[in-house]
Amino acid sequence: MELLDVSLVSWSRAQFSLTAMYHWIFVPLTLGLGVIQAIMETIYYRTGDEKWKQVTKFWMTLFGVNFAIGVATGIILEFQFGTNWSNYSWFVGDIFGAPLAIEGILAFFMEATFISIMFFGWNKVSKGFHLASTWLTIFGATLSAFWILVANAWMQHPVGMEFNPDTVRNEMVDFWAILSPFAWNKFFHTVWSSWIVGALFTLGVSAWFLIKKRDIDFAKKSIKVAATFGLVASLLTAITGDGSAYTVAQEQPMKLAAMEGLYQGQEGAELVAIGILNDEKKAYNDTVNPFLFKIGIPKALSFLAYRDLNAFVPGVKDIIDGGYQTKDGLTLSFDEKQVKGKAALNALANYKEAKKENDSAKASLHKDTLMANYEYFGYGYLNKAEDTIPDVPMVFYSFHIMVTLGMYFILLFGIFTFLSFKNEIVLEKSKLLLWAALLSIPLGYIASQLGWLVAEFGRQPWAIQDVLPLKASISAISTQSVQITFFMFLILFTALLIAEIRIMLKQIKNGPHHN
Amino acid sequence: MFTYSFLQHYWWFIISLLAGILTFLLFIQGGQTMLFSLAKSEDERRLLVNVLGRKWEYTFTTLVTFGGAFFASFPLFYSTSFGGAYWVWMAILFCFIIQAVSYEFQSKPGNTYGKTTYLVFLFINGLLGTILIGAAVATFFTGSDFLVNKGNITNQLAPVISQWGNEWHGLEALLNLRNWALGLAVFFLSRTSASLFFINRLNNENLEKRSRKAVLVNALPFLVFFLTFVIWTLLAEGFAVNPETGEVYMEKYKYFFNLIQMPVVLVLFLLGVVAVLWGIGGTILNEKFKKGIWFTGVGTILAVCSLLLLAGYNNTAYYPATPDLQSSLTIFNSSSSEFTLNAMTIVSVLIPFVLAYIFYAWRSMEKKRADIADINSDDHAY
Repeated sequence: MELLDVSLVSWSRAQFSLTAMYHWIFVPLTLGLGVIQAIMETIYYRTGDEKWKQVTKFWMTLFGVNFAIGVATGIILEFQFGTNWSNYSWFVGDIFGAPLAIEGILAFFMEATFISIMFFGWNKVSKGFHLASTWLTIFGATLSAFWILVANAWMQHPVGMEFNPDTVRNEMVDFWAILSPFAWNKFFHTVWSSWIVGALFTLGVSAWFLIKKRDIDFAKKSIKVAATFGLVASLLTAITGDGSAYTVAQEQPMKLAAMEGLYQGQEGAELVAIGILNDEKKAYNDTVNPFLFKIGIPKALSFLAYRDLNAFVPGVKDIIDGGYQTKDGLTLSFDEKQVKGKAALNALANYKEAKKENDSAKASLHKDTLMANYEYFGYGYLNKAEDTIPDVPMVFYSFHIMVTLGMYFILLFGIFTFLSFKNEIVLEKSKLLLWAALLSIPLGYIASQLGWLVAEFGRQPWAIQDVLPLKASISAISTQSVQITFFMFLILFTALLIAEIRIMLKQIKNGPHHN
Repeated sequence: MFTYSFLQHYWWFIISLLAGILTFLLFIQGGQTMLFSLAKSEDERRLLVNVLGRKWEYTFTTLVTFGGAFFASFPLFYSTSFGGAYWVWMAILFCFIIQAVSYEFQSKPGNTYGKTTYLVFLFINGLLGTILIGAAVATFFTGSDFLVNKGNITNQLAPVISQWGNEWHGLEALLNLRNWALGLAVFFLSRTSASLFFINRLNNENLEKRSRKAVLVNALPFLVFFLTFVIWTLLAEGFAVNPETGEVYMEKYKYFFNLIQMPVVLVLFLLGVVAVLWGIGGTILNEKFKKGIWFTGVGTILAVCSLLLLAGYNNTAYYPATPDLQSSLTIFNSSSSEFTLNAMTIVSVLIPFVLAYIFYAWRSMEKKRADIADINSDDHAY
């Protein structure tokens, strides 16, 4: 049997990141703009004002262009679990596959069916049926996001399963447990933050019309919806962001430590508001200060993580050294976890051997050892403590930039909501504000991508937290094959993205009257 | 509630049914390969693109659902085949990626690469997508080059359970003529069905006339390749499983025996074949007959579904491993746990509801046949 090349893991990761990040350029806009256009059509339905129909149709055209490329980049994500992470697919397919199948059956068909009516049914079905189709399209899209986010949350916080040594995989024992608070938080945080992307896009494009002094009425109508919707979305995102940090603190303390650049745990820990990390920090247990500069909010991290101003928040070193108290008792050190992980792996090998020899007494003994240590199964594959530390600068900066942008969005939407209802004249004339709105479009995308970087880089080295590291999740293919497909995706997706952006720009320049 | 064995059979049936529906819906791909040949003017081509463009997402979605359902119900197949036959699946995926943007982008200003590029994308999707999917399914009967050893997971340096036997990673399936026979049968069937679909959907005399001709031109090679595959398979050795020990062994005429020993499947298969022929024959012989797509469509679903039942039921290994028969996948050794299959079965109760709203939506959108004026008056037309 050929040994797996370390670079294969890196390239498989790179390909997954590339395709997922590309896909995620388009999904948030779909989720956000989908709701915005449905709200606009609802206003049209209720008022009968043809101008609102025109507004709706303009945004719908942009939605359609974006949706198509979202579909194109999405198909690979479903199949990539099999093509590049085949071991993972077997090891947890019993749990992970179900949400994907449900996504296909319940969500994708809903999207596919009603999007067709939404685009082509204006003159073919009644106004009410059309409106329902527009809502069902975005409901279907959101439902599909729900199932895939449930699956992702499960990887971060595996619950509702039991390891079966005979089949050598984890098997589902409780479907409802999979819909954990972790999953719900992830879903709402992701979807509501996607609404921000949609709102920023709508706001920014509308601001461009005002800057150009054209389609003024259309632009003002769009801004009203986008700003209000964006304000609601950004406040909801902040609330679920807090919820996400709380659940991460409970289930993935290492990720939280990386998010905050916290190496040495503290009681009453401060939350870093602004900070610059120190490059000289080379080892988790050296005495170098991890920060060159920082301003913190006293005790805020303890409160955020444990709802207690004086709670102890473990740092990277504490998590590796173990021995601190949690609600589940004293924590184990990395070394202890590794011993348990290796014991579990050996016990599984011995169990299989005993089964082959039909020695049931021996088999049962090994099974007991395996199950007693299974919680740390994944540590058996790791070589050293450092393997469990994610890329701290990447996670730290991603997290802090994302949060800062989130605050800025609340402010931006707040101002625009106020002006669009209270003082339209100022809104129309204030070039600075309008440019700020236009230039904020990419910031929404950046914040959204950074959120995923925090979530995914923050859980390294795990594919499934504590149970399966990435290196034990891959398919046995040559690194070269993955390199080839990586570049094929890079070229194809980039080419499609260029076309998409150019089409969008043309459509926007044409404006609502072109429709 | 149900026995484990019942659930495994039930889910193999769902997979087979999805495969049948997918093959029927590949008429979209077939139609995409005819955009250059069937249409003689820009208007005609636009009409074809638009009638296909109202439906393409169903094929795409069915393919994705097929993958998801396979993952959830038979994860060992998903991991072994997708991770092993890497290049075949990647090729199929690339074909569908380029399809997904092509309808929306092809006539929009700013699309950068020009309309023809997107039409060529559609052509490639139609050509390769059908042949590769057909060839991949044929390996259910002809076998693949892989090994499965679950004990590998404890090997810390090389923990991968499923290993492919060669560097071609699936492309070697194209060296097998029987795989080609099914691949080409699916390709010509998709073009035949597309012609029948155009006859049914379009209100355009010229296109209808050419579509009727295309039915004959494509149905003949379809029949030749399909019969070659079926007869060859029924006469070939099959991958049988000993129900007592789970041992896999070669058995002469296995698939023929399966057909005889499962009369319901036999009837479904024959009904399917007759319906396919009825749709084709009726269209060729009767100039007024426009409902061929319904007969051929339903027939395709039945015939493909029963072919897959032959591969998986009656103690047969549906994904045979040629270098080591005991690595072969059966519906028993590759399925999800009883709990998961049960949970999924509850979800599957919603499938008729999904089909019902799809049917309702189609009906409300297609009260009359499409013509060029229709498309020109639609501001979202492709």
